[in-house]
Amino acid sequence: MDDIFSVLVLTLDATLRVATPLILAAMAGLFSERSGIIDISLEGKMLGAAFISACTAAVTGSAWLALMAGIGVSVALALLHGLACITYRGNHVVSAVAINILVAGLTVVLGIAWFERGGTTPALPSEARFMPIEWPLAEIIGQLPVLGTLYKELLSGHNLLVYVALLLVPLSWWVIYRSRFGLRLRAVGENPQAVDTAGISVAFLRYRAVIICGVLCGIAGTYIAIAQNAGFTRDMTAGQGYIALAAMIFGKWRPAPALLACLMFGLLDALAIRMQGVPVPVIGEVPVPLIQALPYILTVILLAGFIGKAVAPKAIGEPYLKER
Amino acid sequence: MSTTNNTLPRWADVLLIPIINIALALLVSGLIIIAIGEDPIEAVKILLVGAFGYDEAMGYTLYYTTNFIFTGLAVSVAFHAGLFNIGGEGQAYIGGLGVGLVMLALGPILPFYLLMILGIIAAAVFGAAWAYVPAYLQVYRGSHIVITTIMFNFIASALMVYLMVNVLIAPGSMAPQSVMLADSSHLPFIHEIMNALGYEMVHTPLNISFFWALICCLLLWVYLWHSRWGYELRTVGFNEKAAGYAGINTKKVVIITMCISGALAGFVGINEIQGVHHKLLLNFTAGYGFTGIAVSLMGRNHPVGVVLASLLFGILYQGGAELAFEVPKITREMVVTIQGLVILFSGALAYMTRPWLEKIFSLFSRPASATTQEA
Repeated sequence: MDDIFSVLVLTLDATLRVATPLILAAMAGLFSERSGIIDISLEGKMLGAAFISACTAAVTGSAWLALMAGIGVSVALALLHGLACITYRGNHVVSAVAINILVAGLTVVLGIAWFERGGTTPALPSEARFMPIEWPLAEIIGQLPVLGTLYKELLSGHNLLVYVALLLVPLSWWVIYRSRFGLRLRAVGENPQAVDTAGISVAFLRYRAVIICGVLCGIAGTYIAIAQNAGFTRDMTAGQGYIALAAMIFGKWRPAPALLACLMFGLLDALAIRMQGVPVPVIGEVPVPLIQALPYILTVILLAGFIGKAVAPKAIGEPYLKER
Repeated sequence: MSTTNNTLPRWADVLLIPIINIALALLVSGLIIIAIGEDPIEAVKILLVGAFGYDEAMGYTLYYTTNFIFTGLAVSVAFHAGLFNIGGEGQAYIGGLGVGLVMLALGPILPFYLLMILGIIAAAVFGAAWAYVPAYLQVYRGSHIVITTIMFNFIASALMVYLMVNVLIAPGSMAPQSVMLADSSHLPFIHEIMNALGYEMVHTPLNISFFWALICCLLLWVYLWHSRWGYELRTVGFNEKAAGYAGINTKKVVIITMCISGALAGFVGINEIQGVHHKLLLNFTAGYGFTGIAVSLMGRNHPVGVVLASLLFGILYQGGAELAFEVPKITREMVVTIQGLVILFSGALAYMTRPWLEKIFSLFSRPASATTQEA
């Protein structure tokens, strides 16, 4: 009994670690898409941030500088997306695809040119990374049954960015639903004409939204490179940007449900790793690739309206041209 | 797709703007090469020699071109109907699966010419099926085709990993590959044909699917601009609502267009499985589906443009491999970078250069502008 409990806690612990970049990126996508800018370049921004943060950490040895650099690159890419979509009224999907492909190529090209290690960055020492934080008295409280284990294994012992990601969800909810900026953000995603008529700049609002998106993707990428791992490897985001996008859609463009979707997709991933080669009664050995495809399959089913209805912001993907 | 107030002459619109956009992409690529401490002019020289300099290079260049024509046409036909098919990668993957399955099953018992036709049908049916589902979901269930096709790329990839590792793997093999296909299912290589005709040619992966790619261009051109269905397709692309009021069954058009698009992407499977690898394996699509987006944007969605853009990317792929070999600092991913820049400048930022050009043209042609307005 005790054994099952500890396996459960460890699986949940792994879930939290896997879900962190998804949560950050899903919140990033939420801000962008709520303002009417489609963003399938979460993947590219995360990958760019992961690369630059790992480079910065390797050169300077500072995790904080790495975080700043990661955010900086991600915001720059977000501004590029904004320039294409907001100022030049280009196709949002085309722009995002361009960013994803560009970053996928450039990170390897620059990685090899700078470090000559076949696209990876040097392994980072723990001072240059975000390391797990032990909560006070974790060892002592951890000896208590159940609650102690939960405290020690599940709550304590994550790195700072995990807690940042979790705190971001209520913060995002507050910003989007309770602040003036959030009200305008939602309005500009539904009906930009109305916002413009009220004398508020559509372009400025949307630029702020994509910048927020860039900051959050930057944190997500940094987490992957220098907190979850100890350096950059090519294509290390491996589709997590798309899973985050799926989670955001699964959460119907709302923070709390998106968080739950991220946790669910994270749990699926943690389970997939745990189930590798383990026979399950009745079904036999579960095919791991199929578990990994579940987030995508579930999102397709949801979007098709078979589990509730996911309605995107009304003006999403439409360029706004101010009438003269 | 079209612009409303066209103050530019047609040749500037059709030729000048795309060339400027591509030049910008190549300029930025050059700056990146300078930034990593190499000489871009030297790089271009090595690249061109690598792509054309000898027999073998030519064959490889055209072999890559074949794949890009298929995926470029796939994206283009969808664009004409106002759809963005980002799922070419998955459709090509599943198309190849179809080719592989048919050849594994029927290869040993049927003659070559039947297998060749069956290969085309299998690639088309499997690729189209993989595009049909997102199209159906968009039309009848309201889910967005871009998101669904992205998801279908990942599902295709997971499905292939599962099938290759658990089902189709050759007995006793460590690598996830199927058994070799029967000889009768192989498409003839161009060098085999040329050698039979008495011309010496070295071994390259270029095979007769290249001609099928060119035939597809012609067929698509006829379909788009010289058939009723093509007219309907383009009308839906210009204005779906107006098309609906004009009595066009827009739902049907969307679904048929996506099926054609998926079938075209699926043909990559013929070139790769039947033409080159002669067995089913993982990751044979190697990003060709995504390159199709760049090809289509660069070729302005016209079959002739697609062929030219495919050739350019064929040169970049083959020459890029040579370049990576000669200059270790410039890796093959440089080509991926250039691809991203091309999509950025000729797709996302396509309207960036236009106002500047319009200004320049109006400076030079002020007296003439009155006459153009009359016309």
